[in-house]
Amino acid sequence: MSEDIYKEIILDHYRNPRNKGSLSNAEISAQDNNPVCGDRLSIDIKLEDNVVSDIKFDGEGCAISQSSASILTEMLMGKTVDELSKFTKDELLEELGTPSLGPARIKCALLSLKVLKMGTYQYLGAELPSDSDN
Amino acid sequence: MSSDIFQDIKNDFPIFSNQINGKDFVYLDSAATTQKPNDVIDSVVHYYKNCNSNIHRGIYSISIEATELYEDARSNIGKFINAKSSHEIVFTRNATEAVNLVANTWASQNLKEGDSIILTEMEHHSNLVPWQILAKKLNLKLNFIEIQPDGELILDKLDNLFQENAKFLSLTHVSNVLGTINPIKDIISKAHEHGITTLVDAAQSVPHMPVDVQDLDSDFFVFSGHKMLGPSGIGVLHAKKTLLENMEPFLYGGDMISNVSLREAQWNDVPWKFEAGTPNIAGAIGLGKAVDYLNQIGMDVIHKHEQELYNYAIDRFSELKDFKIFGLENKHSTGGVISFSYSDFHPHDIATILDGESIAVRAGHHCAQPLMEKLGVPATTRASFYVYNDTSDIDKLFNGLQKVRSVLT
Ligand SMILES: Cc1ncc(COP(=O)(O)O)c(C=O)c1O
Repeated sequence: MSEDIYKEIILDHYRNPRNKGSLSNAEISAQDNNPVCGDRLSIDIKLEDNVVSDIKFDGEGCAISQSSASILTEMLMGKTVDELSKFTKDELLEELGTPSLGPARIKCALLSLKVLKMGTYQYLGAELPSDSDN
Repeated sequence: MSSDIFQDIKNDFPIFSNQINGKDFVYLDSAATTQKPNDVIDSVVHYYKNCNSNIHRGIYSISIEATELYEDARSNIGKFINAKSSHEIVFTRNATEAVNLVANTWASQNLKEGDSIILTEMEHHSNLVPWQILAKKLNLKLNFIEIQPDGELILDKLDNLFQENAKFLSLTHVSNVLGTINPIKDIISKAHEHGITTLVDAAQSVPHMPVDVQDLDSDFFVFSGHKMLGPSGIGVLHAKKTLLENMEPFLYGGDMISNVSLREAQWNDVPWKFEAGTPNIAGAIGLGKAVDYLNQIGMDVIHKHEQELYNYAIDRFSELKDFKIFGLENKHSTGGVISFSYSDFHPHDIATILDGESIAVRAGHHCAQPLMEKLGVPATTRASFYVYNDTSDIDKLFNGLQKVRSVLT
């Protein structure tokens, strides 16, 4: 763990977050805080025919949590709800290009995925699996 | 630094002979726990290699040696804080356990529904949560001495707080976030005028400055060995002997009894009455050695050293843009702790990038969430100093912070 985790893609999304903001009338909407680090993150998703037609995230926190959210929103555009519920942490981490985040920071990177899963499962009226990727 | 003692001091600490990520290790998290000198490590190894045995009951030589080492450590530690007698020193696992001991014994026995406990807004969770639980259980009130933005306690309302059924006051000597030294001698003396019993959380004072429990006149006084060069898993409760004698035990079992029949038991004398079961023998021995090591340097010399580092750091960091030290206006600081914010960089990012430079600092709420709320931030970055730090560590931190800016902007 070192500054190596601040890959160009992470710094790029940290400095210029994509899809930042919120959506009214979003079908999927969830938020979570991590009081320990003071990270706060919300995700809103609009669906059309069960497919992501618009997505926004909002929040405050470290470069890892915020850039990971920004990157995640780009990855999810056009996906079906079923694909959202099956989206894995490995897919996200691979895109971040930082497989070796270490236990201290991996939570930051996966906060966005956790919020996504909370919102998606709530939309589906299903229980969040306890072994889910958070 | 002014004193030559500190010149080669890193050589006494084997951890500094390791490189981490190919760089010299800069440890700036001593408020969390401290590194251990060879003397302490060797004393622990000596016990396990040469006289490992249970204490207080063996008739054979090594058990007698182990018992002597354990009890010598107790008197050593008693002298270190100027306790009236070594029998006022109870070994616990840490400061947290010592607070819980008092909450579950003296406080449970002596506080009644409607009584109030006074705390401050700067307490570590370990001197807050045990009182929250006790207050719920016994229907007690919790009242708080507030703090100013610079981290000093607001003491002019003390007389109000000390009226009204106030029976117990528990407060920290030194803040682990801001380094503020509270004027506890005055506060304790005022508390005693109102018949209030007091506990001092000395986890951040005993390691860093001369402390005299008789002068402070505290009733209960707690600290942790691992924050003062000692092993982890050993801590201390100091209490006035009459209090200890009138308290019920905390835990029950072997060692804490004098006589047991099938249906009842009598308690051992203090302090052993509070040390049920086989204690952390090696830990106590190691802590005794840590005290020797600190005494060799001198606590006043250590205190001065940290203040010099603090002043050097403040001077250096004033060159950094958007760098804010919390509690900087505060005149009563140990000098051992700097909590800061840096531009809008998140403390986790700061700490991770510094880690890449082999610099260990703390990022987070430092187990003091109510204080963070008061400061208006979810987290800070904290650098804390001890005997083995020098100005070169601060220079490296300075360079590291410049790197943080260059990576994140
Ligand atoms: C002021 C203060 N009190 C209590 C504690 C708790 O110490 P321990 O975890 O060793 O019980 C700490 C440790 O961080 C502290 O800084």
